[in-house]
Amino acid sequence: MNNRNIQNTIAVFKREFLAYFNSPVLYVIVVIFLLASMGFTFFFSRILDSEDVSLTERFFVWHPWIFTVLAPAVGMRLWSEEHRLGTIELLLTMPVSPWQAILGKFFAAACVWLIGLFLTFPIVWTVCYLGDPDMGPIISGYTASYLYAMACLSVTCAVSAITRSQVVCFIVSVAFCMVIALIGDPGVTHTIVATVPSWAEGIVRFISYFSFMDHFFEMTKGIFVFRDVLYFLSVVVVTLFITNLALRAKRA
Amino acid sequence: MIQVKNLIKVFGTKVAVDDVSFSVEKGEVLGFLGPNGAGKSTTMRMVTGYFRPTSGSVKLCGIDMLEEPEQAKQRLGYLPENAPLYSDMTVASFLAFCAEMRGLHGADRSKAIDRVLDLCFLDNVRNQSVDTLSKGYRHRTCFAQSIIHDPDVLILDEPTDGLDPNQKHEVRSMIKRMGKDKAIIFSTHILEEVEAACSRAIIIDRGKVVADGTPESLKKLVPGANSLDEVFRSITRPDTEHKKAA
Ligand SMILES: Nc1ncnc2c1ncn2[C@@H]1O[C@H](COP(=O)(O)OP(=O)(O)O)[C@@H](O)[C@H]1O
Ligand SMILES: [Mg+2]
Repeated sequence: MNNRNIQNTIAVFKREFLAYFNSPVLYVIVVIFLLASMGFTFFFSRILDSEDVSLTERFFVWHPWIFTVLAPAVGMRLWSEEHRLGTIELLLTMPVSPWQAILGKFFAAACVWLIGLFLTFPIVWTVCYLGDPDMGPIISGYTASYLYAMACLSVTCAVSAITRSQVVCFIVSVAFCMVIALIGDPGVTHTIVATVPSWAEGIVRFISYFSFMDHFFEMTKGIFVFRDVLYFLSVVVVTLFITNLALRAKRA
Repeated sequence: MIQVKNLIKVFGTKVAVDDVSFSVEKGEVLGFLGPNGAGKSTTMRMVTGYFRPTSGSVKLCGIDMLEEPEQAKQRLGYLPENAPLYSDMTVASFLAFCAEMRGLHGADRSKAIDRVLDLCFLDNVRNQSVDTLSKGYRHRTCFAQSIIHDPDVLILDEPTDGLDPNQKHEVRSMIKRMGKDKAIIFSTHILEEVEAACSRAIIIDRGKVVADGTPESLKKLVPGANSLDEVFRSITRPDTEHKKAA
């Protein structure tokens, strides 16, 4: 990447990032995120009542489900809005490559989640106050959590490239994220394995390997697994490639 | 400066643009005429690199749009149909974004913004949100965007659509003024506009070029016609002998 490419990406990033702060949607999402992530931790997981103050089982465990719903809410405007307003015709006739635009937009939404996760710091402060937690699992828990959000976000990005309706994008993306999360659930895998003929069992197990969930929980357990980081990053790369293809197809 | 050769665009089974070729030199203003659905916008979208042609080539300032799209787009200013704008921005921040995308930064950028705000009479809405602008202002904001980097090639899709007569006049004279040192294409279905602003006109019907020449020479195409309006109606009407003659 030369200087000009980076400047273009930054220009798109800046516009998109500021657009988030100009709309009430972002504030609503961040507040819901904070209420949900903290609320579940304090009221369902009862973090204050227990002896063990590990965050993994009580805080991060909720994140995949929260991101399944909230990451699409942040990402749905990325390309849908561009199609709806017709500004995509402006953007793509400027001297910018589709990749620079895709990356600029994706990083803007990614930054929003960085802020969102940062704002959960009171929970870290609480466990530090209550006990003397090991920082390792907290760091890897946050990393896993952020990567999970990025995976959901990039799926949403790809979906938003093909529709001009934010509502359609939201519903389809949530459905996608949910399916990708559920295929790895031991209960679900077990049920499916029980119903398919035995020769297909290997295929089911192979597909379930691609679930976000397994990779997420291995990371939150505190072992910083390079393989899982690589998995999430490749999900992002692949879906951004799909975004590029979808944009090209949409342009006819 | 603009060279378009054998441009074809097919949507599914529909041929929207059928073998269109033309070229526009520096100092020329080309009027693009045709009834609705003739393929004007589709042609312009291919010239600006938004649509990929089914076949054919587009060159801006000698740079091939398909081979080096970023370089070619750098020379280009484009006003799309219906003047799209980012609804969450103000006029000034929108123009600042467009300037940045064109590689203008710092003092150059502020100067460029001030220049187009002045040129398009947008100074008094500078800090207004584009969402609350009236149609004329929206159009002028998008127009301002297209000239912010002082491009060599300017493509305007129905630049006077939805404007009041004063604004129409203003835009027309602006096009004429800028036409002296640029290559401009603009589409319209208002015929006086062609006589007022163009040095040349192309009439396109159902994707095909049916006439190409100066407004005066177009008038002579149809014997007995004394206005461009009559010429237009007779050569874009299907199945007439005039169409074959053209
Ligand atoms: N994205 C598209 N997909 C399918 N058909 C299209 C598309 N864009 C334009 N068309 C068709 O191509 C023809 C030419 O359209 P257009 O170039 O917009 O006409 P004009 O601008 O001259 O009014 C129309 O019949 C239109 O329906
Ligand atoms: Mg049109």
